[in-house]
Amino acid sequence: MIINHPLLGPRDAQEFVYLGDARLIERPDGLAEGAAQALHDHVFLRDNPAGEHRELWFHEQGDRSWLVVTRNTLTHEITRVELARDVARAKGRSK
Amino acid sequence: MTQPNRIPGGLIDRAQTFSFTFDGKPYRGHPGDTLASALLANGVRLMGRSFKYHRPRGPISAGSDEPNALVELRTGARQEPNTRATVVELFDGLSAQSQNRWPSLAFDALAINDRLSPFFAAGFYYKTFMWPAAFWEKIYEPIIRRAAGLGSLSRLPDPDIYDKGFLHCDVLIIGAGPAGLAAALTAGRSGARVILADEDFRMGGRLNAETHGVGGMAGADWAAQAVAELAGMPNVRVMARTTILGAFDHGIYGAVERVSDHLPVPAAGQPRQILWRIYARRAILAAGATERMIAFEDNDRPGIMLASAVRAYANRWGATAGRRVAVFTNNDDGLRTAEDLRASGVEIAAIIDSRKGEEVVGSRGRLGLRSVTVRGGSGKTRTVECEALAVSGGWNPNLHLTSHHRGRPVWDDTIAAFIPGPGGPGGLVAAGAAAGQLSTHAALRSGAAAAAAALADLGQTAAAFDLPEAEDAPVSITPKWHVAGKGRAWVDPQNDVTVKDVKLAHQEGFRSVEHLKRYTTLGMATDQGKAGNLLGLAVMAEMTGQTIAQTGTTIYRPPYTPVAMGALAGRSREKDFKPTRLTPSHKWAAEQGAEFVEVGMWLRAQWFPKPGETHWRQSVEREVLATRASVGICDVTTLGKIDIQGKDAGAFLDRVYANTFSTLPVGKVRYGLMLREDGMVMDDGTTARLAEDEWVMTTTTANAVPVFRHLEFCRQCLWPDMDVQMISTTEAWAQFSVAGPNARRLLEKVVDQDISDATFPYMACANITVCGGLRARLFRISFSGELAYEIAVPTRYGDAMICELMKAGEEFGAVPYGTESLGVMRVEKGHVAGNELNGQSTALNMGLGKMVSKKKDAIGMVLSQREGMVAEGGLRLVGVRPVDPAQPLTAGSHFIATGKPAVSAHDDGWLTSVVYSPHLGHSIALGYLKNGSARVGERMRAVNLLKKTDVEIEIVSPHFFDPEGERLRA
Amino acid sequence: MPDHSLKSVTPLGHDMPESVTVGPITIAEVTDIAMASVAARQGRIADVADAAQKIGVTLPEAGRHAAGTPCSAFWTGPEMWMVEAPFATHEDIVAALKPVFGDAASLTEQTDAWVRLRVSGADLPRLFERLCNVDLARSSAGDAIRTMIEHLGAFLLIRRPDEIDVISARSSAASLHHALAAAAKSAF
Repeated sequence: MIINHPLLGPRDAQEFVYLGDARLIERPDGLAEGAAQALHDHVFLRDNPAGEHRELWFHEQGDRSWLVVTRNTLTHEITRVELARDVARAKGRSK
Repeated sequence: MTQPNRIPGGLIDRAQTFSFTFDGKPYRGHPGDTLASALLANGVRLMGRSFKYHRPRGPISAGSDEPNALVELRTGARQEPNTRATVVELFDGLSAQSQNRWPSLAFDALAINDRLSPFFAAGFYYKTFMWPAAFWEKIYEPIIRRAAGLGSLSRLPDPDIYDKGFLHCDVLIIGAGPAGLAAALTAGRSGARVILADEDFRMGGRLNAETHGVGGMAGADWAAQAVAELAGMPNVRVMARTTILGAFDHGIYGAVERVSDHLPVPAAGQPRQILWRIYARRAILAAGATERMIAFEDNDRPGIMLASAVRAYANRWGATAGRRVAVFTNNDDGLRTAEDLRASGVEIAAIIDSRKGEEVVGSRGRLGLRSVTVRGGSGKTRTVECEALAVSGGWNPNLHLTSHHRGRPVWDDTIAAFIPGPGGPGGLVAAGAAAGQLSTHAALRSGAAAAAAALADLGQTAAAFDLPEAEDAPVSITPKWHVAGKGRAWVDPQNDVTVKDVKLAHQEGFRSVEHLKRYTTLGMATDQGKAGNLLGLAVMAEMTGQTIAQTGTTIYRPPYTPVAMGALAGRSREKDFKPTRLTPSHKWAAEQGAEFVEVGMWLRAQWFPKPGETHWRQSVEREVLATRASVGICDVTTLGKIDIQGKDAGAFLDRVYANTFSTLPVGKVRYGLMLREDGMVMDDGTTARLAEDEWVMTTTTANAVPVFRHLEFCRQCLWPDMDVQMISTTEAWAQFSVAGPNARRLLEKVVDQDISDATFPYMACANITVCGGLRARLFRISFSGELAYEIAVPTRYGDAMICELMKAGEEFGAVPYGTESLGVMRVEKGHVAGNELNGQSTALNMGLGKMVSKKKDAIGMVLSQREGMVAEGGLRLVGVRPVDPAQPLTAGSHFIATGKPAVSAHDDGWLTSVVYSPHLGHSIALGYLKNGSARVGERMRAVNLLKKTDVEIEIVSPHFFDPEGERLRA
Repeated sequence: MPDHSLKSVTPLGHDMPESVTVGPITIAEVTDIAMASVAARQGRIADVADAAQKIGVTLPEAGRHAAGTPCSAFWTGPEMWMVEAPFATHEDIVAALKPVFGDAASLTEQTDAWVRLRVSGADLPRLFERLCNVDLARSSAGDAIRTMIEHLGAFLLIRRPDEIDVISARSSAASLHHALAAAAKSAF
């Protein structure tokens, strides 16, 4: 596969390491009320869609950026690639 | 040695003669020949035996679709089984052997299988070897194993090298026949980056095998001219002998280039083959089409061939399969073979055109065709004497790559064949015969159009392509799949699948094409159904009363043709299997005669044998005792080192470590435990605070890369606004552990600053200088349990530093020690390492539960406190000693209570690490034991059913050595 | 030069950098360039860019190298560069850069973390197509591309069409050198 890196352009997926569902960005606060259940769901419950999936890839043999790749799991078509840091900030994550 | 079936014409170089052997017998051929064409010219039709029935076989084709003429090529280490004689390029001195026969090709003992064929019908495997069950292992399996497989291996290492490589292009053109050449000329002249690949050693495709002209010249000449023009374009790469083996995602294609297969041995330093990964923005599949057989009784005798192959041998190679040839066809194209052969002076014995009601119903000739039996429209039969029969059942487009992404071919009635359907790989289009455009004119036109469309897609303008004049005969075919009869009629010659087998499969309920394939093995051999698939489907369609379109087809997957394992391995063989990382003291250690061990890609000194030491344990015990008695030195560079800086670095470490770091003073080191979010321990190591906002984290050697990746995830995805910057510095520093009661005295000779216990206490760290001014780092940390330091210098001084340390240590009898001694000392001290950090253990399991701070939110903290993971009685780290000190322990043994059977119901845990402790004089172990902390003093057994050991043990504290830590604070 | 007594070795383990020629390709170890990683602190990218000007270099954009005097730099990641300087004058490169960048950037010494092999010769694309997936025909001088060569991560700094610096982990210098030399033997 080819991943169109937002900074570096098209790069072979061989350079990347796959992690999984981009929802891993949304880590619950471990000190909040109900953290045990929230973290359990965060770590163990995942959708496995046949179709569009937002997922995390790490450009290990490149610039070490984590990317959020929107990929169709049936066709491998990639429709969007974003820097995970930008996605995280857009979701309100900060410090 | 004459070549009795050599006829005039062809594209071979008759001025030169090559000698070669087949089954030891010498023959002659010419440059431009294939092994098959040369053998046919020499009057040899019998080239192999079929897989199951060991039927005598000759080639049916003149290309890579060949199912029958499989030979072993070369001898010795370069022997290669299952090469297709039809694509083996002849070279001087070539030696080939037939296979799947014993004792000889003409007399094969296993031909008895042919007589026993009723037992070998479809599904025989499933039916025959079912009972009695006891027979399977002792009788059936050995027999099957002996009979299975084609060809044999040399069992010697392959002496040749195989390369891998990467290519990029705008347009990849697969196949250099008329469509491919027209596409390449169009794209090449337009300035696009083009790769033109063809599996053949001579480009031109069918233009080399036909007599009709293109643009007023011979087709082969037009092709040669086009190839020459393309080869002269700097933007075009012309790759002959190159098979595109698969279409992968997003325009990535795999290709095998056979660089040296046509040479006796590769030139010095040159690869035999190159596996290319091609990045193509667009691709045009111009792979042509493959002719198919008509099934009739005994249609597999040597001499019965595809009409297009008979024509190709005559026109391209000046060879004929026989002096009297009959033609059996269901379409106009077959008639061309008769015309061309006649023009070459070959006698045409008969033309049997099924469209006129005639058909071939049988054949004779045990090792080669002697005659065929023809039934006329009236039902009367006659015998036609002939040495070869040219059969044309129509043409199948070579659409394989279009179905590599599960695209389904669709049926086209006008040419009675499947053509590429929707769902093919993005950016790939078929052109020419591969798209069902079977005339030369149509192929040229569609190739040029496909290139123009691809360029338009890329925003480039295509140069105009003047179509040369070429034949444009319409396809005239009346499908004829098989001739009714009682005998066996082959649909897939390689796997010996007959019309009867297909009918039997249908009778037994296997009606889906996928079941048909698996039950009969139709299309499952080296040719992957190129020869016989469609025939089988057609027979199945007939049985079910459906059309072929309704019946459907199985689809193809990579590779298009078989690929040598060597090409897939590339240079990753033996010592080059993976890169090697060397420690800064490697050269020195090698000079000391160290034994090395692979740790990931690293080579680390495992122990340093001294003269007279005959067993590794002697060396290790000496190293451990000397270290504990005085001082030892070990290269610990391989541990991961990550430089972490930034205003929020301390807070960041608090989030990624289970324990707290932000409170650590500058100049201090702390042991840290890193958890995964699920609460299991991910890694451990020490982290030093070198300055207010500068930290150095160490990781285990194995986890250096995953930990860095994890930290980047935390930094970028979880807390994107934290002021934290990181980079690996593992390679930048040569780091040595100096351990033992004399460690400080040794280092004082090297370090320029005061390192007394008062100024540099346990867990101190500092930037220092050594040897009169070299910048260095010093950490007072200990894995061995001794007074110990780790000293780091810029890597280029690592070699000098180990020498300097050893020199300084001479007066103390300093020893270098390796990873084995490191392991012994850490087990004696009760430190966890890889065996305990196994990915399914918690801090609590390791006896480090108190390290997990609940006052802050760190990765893994919450889930490490789950009910099941903190339950009383869970696994806890313990020490183990044998009750009888003479008894050795074995790692992986299970804890079993005394008097209980060694079954899983009584399994109380296992021994994770076992060493022989020279300090204690017996085996010791660490282990995870249920409710372990409460069981110290208990006697039980360590049982290892694999190694058949059962040792009485006592559970002890995991800290065998200096439990109070007095030595390391000395 | 510091007045300590220790002798350094090159990443390939020699006393002095060595060079080999395989057919038309020359592979030379380069050890006279010191390197430090410069990573901008949060919100300080403008300060980092200004500071870089003071050491003679305009920080390049993604995938590029910028030559300057005395320092040059290539991009390694978002808001992160590798700064190069002459080893003779910048052996302790972090100490030299710290006054310039102050607290605007995190500086980390990288000189000894890497091996730099300068590969020169005509038709380098023919060599590198056997080694990595970089499309040299579409690259130009000043490109700094991170890629993989025989499982090893490596930066290619394209200095000129006929000269490329390959920068990879120091510990596997010998494996990298072997890969380059073997490919040169094979490709020409």
